[in-house]
Amino acid sequence: MADYNLIDVTVRDSTIKVKRAGSGPPMLMLHGMGGAERFLPGMQALAKQFDVIVPMAPGFGGQEMPPWLETIGDLANFYLDFMDKLDLKSVRLVGLSLGGWVAADLAIKNASRLTHLALMSSPGIEVPGARPLDIFTLGEEAAVRAVYCDEKRADEAWARAQLPENEDVRLMNQRIVARLAWQPRFHDPQMQRWLHRIRIPTLVLWGEDDRLFPPAYGRAWQTHIKHAQFKLFAHCGHLPIQEHAEAFAAAVTQFCAKESVAA
Amino acid sequence: MKIFNFHLMPYADADLEAIAKNGSAWVTYSNKHYDPKKGAELYNQYLDQLEAADELGFDGVVVNEHHQTAYGMMPTPGVLAGALSRRIKNGRIAVLGRALPLVNNPLVIAEEYAILDNITRGKLIAGFVRGIGAEYHSMGINPTESQERFLEAHDLILRAWTEPGPFAFAGKHYKFNYVNPWPRPYQEPHPPIWIPSSGSFSTIKWAAEKRYTYCQTLAPIALVAKTFALYREAAEKAGYQASPDQLAWSNAIYVAETDEKALKEAKPHLESYANYFLKTNPALMMPPGYTSIDSMKRIRALRAHRASWQSAEDLIEKGVVIVGSPNTVREKLAEYQDLAGFNTSLTKTQFGTMPHAMVEANQAAIAAEILPHFRTRSPQPAKRQAAE
Repeated sequence: MADYNLIDVTVRDSTIKVKRAGSGPPMLMLHGMGGAERFLPGMQALAKQFDVIVPMAPGFGGQEMPPWLETIGDLANFYLDFMDKLDLKSVRLVGLSLGGWVAADLAIKNASRLTHLALMSSPGIEVPGARPLDIFTLGEEAAVRAVYCDEKRADEAWARAQLPENEDVRLMNQRIVARLAWQPRFHDPQMQRWLHRIRIPTLVLWGEDDRLFPPAYGRAWQTHIKHAQFKLFAHCGHLPIQEHAEAFAAAVTQFCAKESVAA
Repeated sequence: MKIFNFHLMPYADADLEAIAKNGSAWVTYSNKHYDPKKGAELYNQYLDQLEAADELGFDGVVVNEHHQTAYGMMPTPGVLAGALSRRIKNGRIAVLGRALPLVNNPLVIAEEYAILDNITRGKLIAGFVRGIGAEYHSMGINPTESQERFLEAHDLILRAWTEPGPFAFAGKHYKFNYVNPWPRPYQEPHPPIWIPSSGSFSTIKWAAEKRYTYCQTLAPIALVAKTFALYREAAEKAGYQASPDQLAWSNAIYVAETDEKALKEAKPHLESYANYFLKTNPALMMPPGYTSIDSMKRIRALRAHRASWQSAEDLIEKGVVIVGSPNTVREKLAEYQDLAGFNTSLTKTQFGTMPHAMVEANQAAIAAEILPHFRTRSPQPAKRQAAE
């Protein structure tokens, strides 16, 4: 049983794979560093109330890395084009990890198609003293394991990562992440000063035990985005959508179901 | 064959156990382990060694560039080359870096090389490298831009050396309204350009097309031979026959009275070099995008099969280094020259923890027993072709 439809969407010169499921108001979900390989249970739960759209960004998932894609800002502009192409309206924009950085940048640039913004475990701003892990020097296994609070999930993720058939995609994902986030490391020094431009309701979700980007990042997003709410998950690492799928989906559903009122 | 004396200038007093504990001599090995008093002594000994090499009849001296590591203390090799430039009377001075992509203004390299070329009245050999993976961590440069930056910086430097300035340069990574460096290089049209690499296909091909001398970094001689064959093929495709002068092998040589004595003396220093100073991990050495996905996979597969400890005997057996009596070293160097077809040897006479007195003895032995036998020797392709 297919849980979702897989479609090709061409935006200017790039054709990408998009997973889409459910019905209701559109929810555009931007993936993190590992791409959008799987349609996660957390996404399925959201598809009960929303038209969940999960694009695989150019350069991820074995897709070609286009020459124009060099910064997070490029990706944000790409998704603005993507929303135009699909003519999405009243969009709930959900950014997961790296995708949250893209989502925040997009919302600063042009929020006219957006009603709600949710950021899960997102880098993108500089948080003095927060001490993020440097995934680029950790080594592959440690970097995979650092994502999870639950050891069993870490074991499974590392086993998945080692499958030889996944090696190309994994290396390509690492390459595009490095291109976007190597220097300055996982942040855009200019973005923070424009976060006041985000006026739509915003929810920041974080795992209490996130070692990649500790909850201090979440608090900082909350501080800089007007009226942002903050939801912390206990016993949870970098990916609440995986480690607390139901609670994550419930929080996002509840938040995004409310009528958007300009803050 | 031309035999150059190549120095890495390692921090020979390094605490090897601390390197092992840290898991790397690069990037994260704290500089609290650097003692300036010892460092000062080492710099002066090393410069003495290179000056001695010139007097002993080596064809040139070689320095290179590495950052934030005990492996080599030459983050700005131009300073060392500058210190040598008034003392080297006979041979050439080769700087193999600079690492072009690691700087944000490649014109400083054009300027630095031009000064060295002027002071030495045209003895400079200008090396261009990409810098190794670890340096993209140390210098905060995006590894996915490495190839592009290298090629663009190269083009900028060449134009700065050969086109009358001022002119504007508008590249992707480097943009200047005024390119007009003083001085211009002494050699016409510019110093010879040498390209050291660990064997990336794209670099070999590019160097062959540009007719630049290709220098293979430390590797087993069979692999060196393959790499040089690729260069010759690429040259043929580019419409010319490569000369052995365009190929340089980077090695280490240690000579003593007998094979046994040479092995016994060199062993701890070779092993410190291979197992501690070179110690690092894949995340540091192979940052994402530093090389193509295919090369990345090839290198990962090779690493997976590499023994965790490299013994001196292994390094000798595989022809990574040459250690032995004068006769053994002469025979092997000739054999390797014929096998791989190179006409330049970039020879380290100091490696790892090797102390000054040993280096001096080694240099003297090489000067007396090896250099005279190779001055007019060229590779004998018949032997290589037979082997192929």
